[in-house]
Amino acid sequence: MPTLPLSYWSALVVAGALTLYFGGRQIGGARSIERLRDITPTGAFGYSLLLVTLYQGIALYFGPGMNPGATFFRWAVHGVVGFGIVGFLFQQLGRHVGTRASKKLFRSMPVTAALGILLILIYAIVAIFADFIAPYGQAEIFKDANVLPGGNPEMGGNPAHFLGTDQIGRDILSRLIYGAQNTVGIAFVTTLLAFFIGISLGFLAATIGGVLDQVLSRIVDMLMSIPQLIFALLLMTIATAWFGSQKSMVTLFMIVIIAVLDSTRVFRLARAVGMNIVVMDFFEAAKLRGEKLSYLIFSEITPNAFAPLLAEFGLRFCFVFLTIASLSFLGIGIQPPLADWGTMVRDLSQFINFAVISPLTASLPLMAAGAIALLTVAVNFVVDWMLHRASGLKE
Amino acid sequence: MNNVITIIGKRLGLGLLTMFMVSVIIFLAVNMLPGDFAQALLGQSATPEAVAAIRKDLGLDKPIHIRYFDWLLGAVQWDFGTSFAKANFSSYAGTTADANFGTVADQLAPRFANTLFLAGVTAAIAVPLSLLIGVLAALYRYSIFDRIANVSTLTSISSPEFFVAYILILLLAVLSPVFPSLSNIHDGMDFGQKLEKTMLPALTLTLVVTAHMMRMTRAAIINLLASPYIEMARLKGLSPFRIIVVHALPNALAPIINVIALNLAYLITGVVVVEVVFVYPGVGQLFVDSVKIRDIPVVQACCLVFAAAYISLNLIADVMSILSNPRLRLPK
Repeated sequence: MPTLPLSYWSALVVAGALTLYFGGRQIGGARSIERLRDITPTGAFGYSLLLVTLYQGIALYFGPGMNPGATFFRWAVHGVVGFGIVGFLFQQLGRHVGTRASKKLFRSMPVTAALGILLILIYAIVAIFADFIAPYGQAEIFKDANVLPGGNPEMGGNPAHFLGTDQIGRDILSRLIYGAQNTVGIAFVTTLLAFFIGISLGFLAATIGGVLDQVLSRIVDMLMSIPQLIFALLLMTIATAWFGSQKSMVTLFMIVIIAVLDSTRVFRLARAVGMNIVVMDFFEAAKLRGEKLSYLIFSEITPNAFAPLLAEFGLRFCFVFLTIASLSFLGIGIQPPLADWGTMVRDLSQFINFAVISPLTASLPLMAAGAIALLTVAVNFVVDWMLHRASGLKE
Repeated sequence: MNNVITIIGKRLGLGLLTMFMVSVIIFLAVNMLPGDFAQALLGQSATPEAVAAIRKDLGLDKPIHIRYFDWLLGAVQWDFGTSFAKANFSSYAGTTADANFGTVADQLAPRFANTLFLAGVTAAIAVPLSLLIGVLAALYRYSIFDRIANVSTLTSISSPEFFVAYILILLLAVLSPVFPSLSNIHDGMDFGQKLEKTMLPALTLTLVVTAHMMRMTRAAIINLLASPYIEMARLKGLSPFRIIVVHALPNALAPIINVIALNLAYLITGVVVVEVVFVYPGVGQLFVDSVKIRDIPVVQACCLVFAAAYISLNLIADVMSILSNPRLRLPK
């Protein structure tokens, strides 16, 4: 099965569309198959495009071997199909194993959400047990730098370093694994901090109201009128001027900066949710009982605001995670010697030019970037499902 | 009509106020820095006289509110002061006679034009594309096409910009060399060459922005399809395509214009990362470089330019939605 050049490909799509449209009318009309008879020109074009592209994909997948484009395509297909199968298996497992409640939960869950939960679990396990999983330390430097991945000595590899080593001789596989701990861990801590700040101020503004509410809301408006990444970059300049030599302090400062900037969004939501709760009777009753402010906030508002805030936590985590990765990618985020995915993408980015010679080498920067993308996609899948469930929508 | 002018006037005033507050925030943030630049520039061993001379020349000896208004007055006239990295302080050491300052505006102006070019190319591709896909997805909602569009846009929204950028480099620059992966455009190039070099960064931004715009276009049109007059048009026996293009689209235009303006504002954040990936000489790259070498006046200026673009695009979105929606035109 040969793949088609672009000109044949487009000609075939048009021919297919015409055949489908006119042939469909004839055959569908004669045998009264309504779907085929009533096909629109655009629809016929779409199906034709889909079919020809599908053929092209299959031809590329089973085509002759060593073409680098085909190699990447096969990896992509393996990835998508593999994740689909794993997600399905996990969903089936959840449906048959576990408590009644968890079985019920898994039964209402689409495959994407099951896959999302599984991926988040895997990321969490890798992040927590990075010290035991990684073969070497994250800052450990070996004698032979620039070892190519693949572990084959004839190809410039080394069996001891499956994914090779970077420019100064650090094991890339270990750094990828530690990246989970640092990048995900730092993003998680930042999101927690942002939620702590945003929720406590938001609920406070909703409960007390008046001047405090006005002042806090206007400050948040001001902070939100500067694009977040731009503001973060400005503040990071100041952070590096303060603690230029102390790398760990710069990282710490970044956590605080991102948390404060992101807490503005949390504040808005928490305040809006809180406003709806403080006008309810049970809250009024608690207030009249003379309960303390801390009791009002933690025992009356928080439990009732939990569900919307949990979904928001997933979304905010994605956003914080991407912001931190972008900052690190620009060289102003998480500081070395901590291994993190954003910095790794930048350091390894030159390898992408070797795609024709060695596809595995070229995919090193994509692995780090893909690790970031995969986690955000996973969280989005789960949040999508949670929102869908909470809104009670049925398709 | 007077009503509309008053409301828009109020919004513009509010926008100006926001801009003013933002400039205060940016200025104060930078002034939180310890020590001062004169000291930082000359190092520990500088004589007090040299430090004082530079401080006087940069105006650092004046009180903070005077410095702020000096800076603001300059900024509105596109004069952001002297870049520390490009400043020539050798005159203070007595070796050369001419104090040849490199101004921030000199650095910023050509890069600003480049960034506008990139944003323009992106908008020219992304806006028609996302409208087309959005309308098609609304027309064939819940079909295979809609599902494919949905999953792929969700994926491109949730991946970082640099992931999309490197995938595009891999596919379009390395595996099949269609476009160059380095976008080092300069003044000597003609339009065609510039366009070719700008293509990959523009495509990256297009992928990210189209996802948002397409989803919102689809949502806006589907939202309208539930209204009674569309039901009426359908009962008259009009074709689905005609219903969407002639009946739904004009009424969905208001939210769609809004979405386009907001997404162009969203471009501002994306542009920083994308310019760095492709070594595109725009404001974003200048910004990141200046952050690394702590060239404060340039950082301040870039920040102000980005914030101004962000605020004015949001303002345009706001005014557009007032103008196109009769319900908002009347005061509450």
